[in-house]
Amino acid sequence: MKKNMMLGLAVAAIFSTTASAGTLEDVKKAGVLKCGVTTGLAGFSSPDKDGNWTGIDVDTCRAVAAAVLGDAKKVKFNPLTAKERFTALQSKEIDMLSRNTTWTLTRDASLGLNFAGVNYYDGQGFMVSKKSGVKSVNDLDGAAVCIQAGTTTELNLADYFKAHKMKFKAITFDTSDQTIKGFEAGRCDMLTSDQSQLYALRIKLAKPDDAIVLPEVISKEPLGPVVRQGDDQWFNIVRWSLNAMINAEEMGITKANIKDKKSSKDPATARLMGGQGEKLGLDDAWSYNIISQVGNYGEIFETNVGKGSPLKIGRGLNALWNKGGIMYAPPIR
Amino acid sequence: MYVTDKILPELPAPSNSKGVVHWLKSNLFSSPVNIVFTFLGLLLLYKTLPPIIQWAFIDATWVADTREECLGEGKGACWAYIGNRFGQVMYGFYPPAEYWRPNIAGILLIALTIPLFIEKMPRKVWLGAFILLVFPFIAYYLIHGGFLGLSEVGTDKWGGLMLTLIISLVGIAAALPLGIILALGRRSEMPIIKSVCVIFIEFWRGVPLISVLFMASVMLPLFLPEGSSFDKLARAMIGIILFQAAYVAEVVRGGLQAIPKGQYEAAVAMGLSYWKSMTLIILPQALKLVIPGLVNTFIALFKDTTLVLIIGLFDLLAIIENVLGSDSSWLGFFTEGLVFAAFVFWIFCFAMSRYSMALERKLDTGHRN
Repeated sequence: MKKNMMLGLAVAAIFSTTASAGTLEDVKKAGVLKCGVTTGLAGFSSPDKDGNWTGIDVDTCRAVAAAVLGDAKKVKFNPLTAKERFTALQSKEIDMLSRNTTWTLTRDASLGLNFAGVNYYDGQGFMVSKKSGVKSVNDLDGAAVCIQAGTTTELNLADYFKAHKMKFKAITFDTSDQTIKGFEAGRCDMLTSDQSQLYALRIKLAKPDDAIVLPEVISKEPLGPVVRQGDDQWFNIVRWSLNAMINAEEMGITKANIKDKKSSKDPATARLMGGQGEKLGLDDAWSYNIISQVGNYGEIFETNVGKGSPLKIGRGLNALWNKGGIMYAPPIR
Repeated sequence: MYVTDKILPELPAPSNSKGVVHWLKSNLFSSPVNIVFTFLGLLLLYKTLPPIIQWAFIDATWVADTREECLGEGKGACWAYIGNRFGQVMYGFYPPAEYWRPNIAGILLIALTIPLFIEKMPRKVWLGAFILLVFPFIAYYLIHGGFLGLSEVGTDKWGGLMLTLIISLVGIAAALPLGIILALGRRSEMPIIKSVCVIFIEFWRGVPLISVLFMASVMLPLFLPEGSSFDKLARAMIGIILFQAAYVAEVVRGGLQAIPKGQYEAAVAMGLSYWKSMTLIILPQALKLVIPGLVNTFIALFKDTTLVLIIGLFDLLAIIENVLGSDSSWLGFFTEGLVFAAFVFWIFCFAMSRYSMALERKLDTGHRN
């Protein structure tokens, strides 16, 4: 017990020291934003043929770089595994973490971190073969389910089936690749994983069209960028960089038309185009730089995971609040 | 009684004791059990080999620009998946315009090493020392750059087979001398040196490499002064070197113990100092004895380098699994990726193993019983 306390104190001491310095000044001084991403996850962060990182998480980092440094290319990506990610942020190896990270109470409250928003609403879903004719999870009492071992999906599934008084037989695999092979070989009736993953896995099937992803989602996995606790200015910058992209989509401002809208008379659009920067400690072109260099939220979604990408994930929950989804950003004023 | 006055000419061996038929008879069809197993083996080969060849070669797609060209009825392996990103598989995120730098470093290393294999080459010791002590700096300058006209390519850009080779070569080159010193220290009669070596070896041997790497990448930054960034690759490399040194030390100690006491006594009787008796008499014999064990350790090290994947370094396997595997326009070819990685690793490990056998034969002085 005493040992734990000592460790706790040591960790707390480390956090308190890291929190005091201003990340904004550090980033400006370095001239580059250090951003933690995954070591490779299709659609979220993945290096292309020339070694440039692409993906929706990557574009979130680029947006912050555009806002702070005026150049979306000034990002140094630091690929991190799931276990390293929080330490890297705590130890200041990175300035922000945009690594497919689920926002939960424990992480928000006990790791010395803050979640700055949500850039993708994920949730656990199911994939079944088209032939089975299954339309809903509730038709699947007693089904054999392919799951990747050691993930929270396994626990969520058990909870869901228990709550609905159904039974299932879990067939666990070590990696997602093995899981999809197992599904393809007909070892299970359905496969469960986060929905964003299901689409990527579906492409790996010999005949992707033979499988369908059920519309139901049984867990909440809001994914978003993370910053260190205690640096409110930096927290605001990351949060509002994301909000600017979401607001831009709502107002119909895109990478292509932002130049024309610059002289817009619409007050809300004008506010997004400039001004307001001072309050964040940035220059007035911050939001203009984000949209003109990275794009609005809808654009980064479609190019990385949506229609413009091989994943073809539908907007679903990630559609704007006025288009049937829950993507909603407070106004910029 | 029959007596002949001339020596009878040699006759060829009877036809049933030589040739293919004899070999087949004595090796494959010598007993009913063997016959059964021979046919089972043939059946297994017949069932597995043709489909593998069909998949890997005959039906394979070697060149393709899009994923769709690799798919369809009767299409086998998609090697274009690897080929399209071959540069990354070899060099990671190293800028393609600078590929010549690691290439030159590699060629230089090979060119420097070849004379070591020539029997009558003079001054081999100096050349060896040059490779071990000076070459690493030349290679670092070439690959990392950053001064004297070469642009800097940070270690975060290193990857692929290049990173695998760098980690294992540095690991082998540094762990061997360190391991020898630890082994000597462990057998020392000076209590402090002995206990330090014992504690070091037992500590590093007692923890799994994965936890060493995790400590190096996750825990260490928390204890370092704030803002000091210590290169991730260097951290991992130090961990690997210390870990391997402990294993090498135990292998070498095995060799030291196998040397008869008379050798030590003879060295002392000649009036040789400790270091002279070790370097001239004991170590040459001991190291020769433990070649198989050492090579075994090095092969294990070479394969263990893939563990750096868990701390976000992109070695050959990590590039194939994470980088190629996460390209959303080329999903679904992980089998090809893993087969290719396995093939590359096999080539290197097999080469090491053959080299060690050749070395053993060359150094064999006939003392083996």
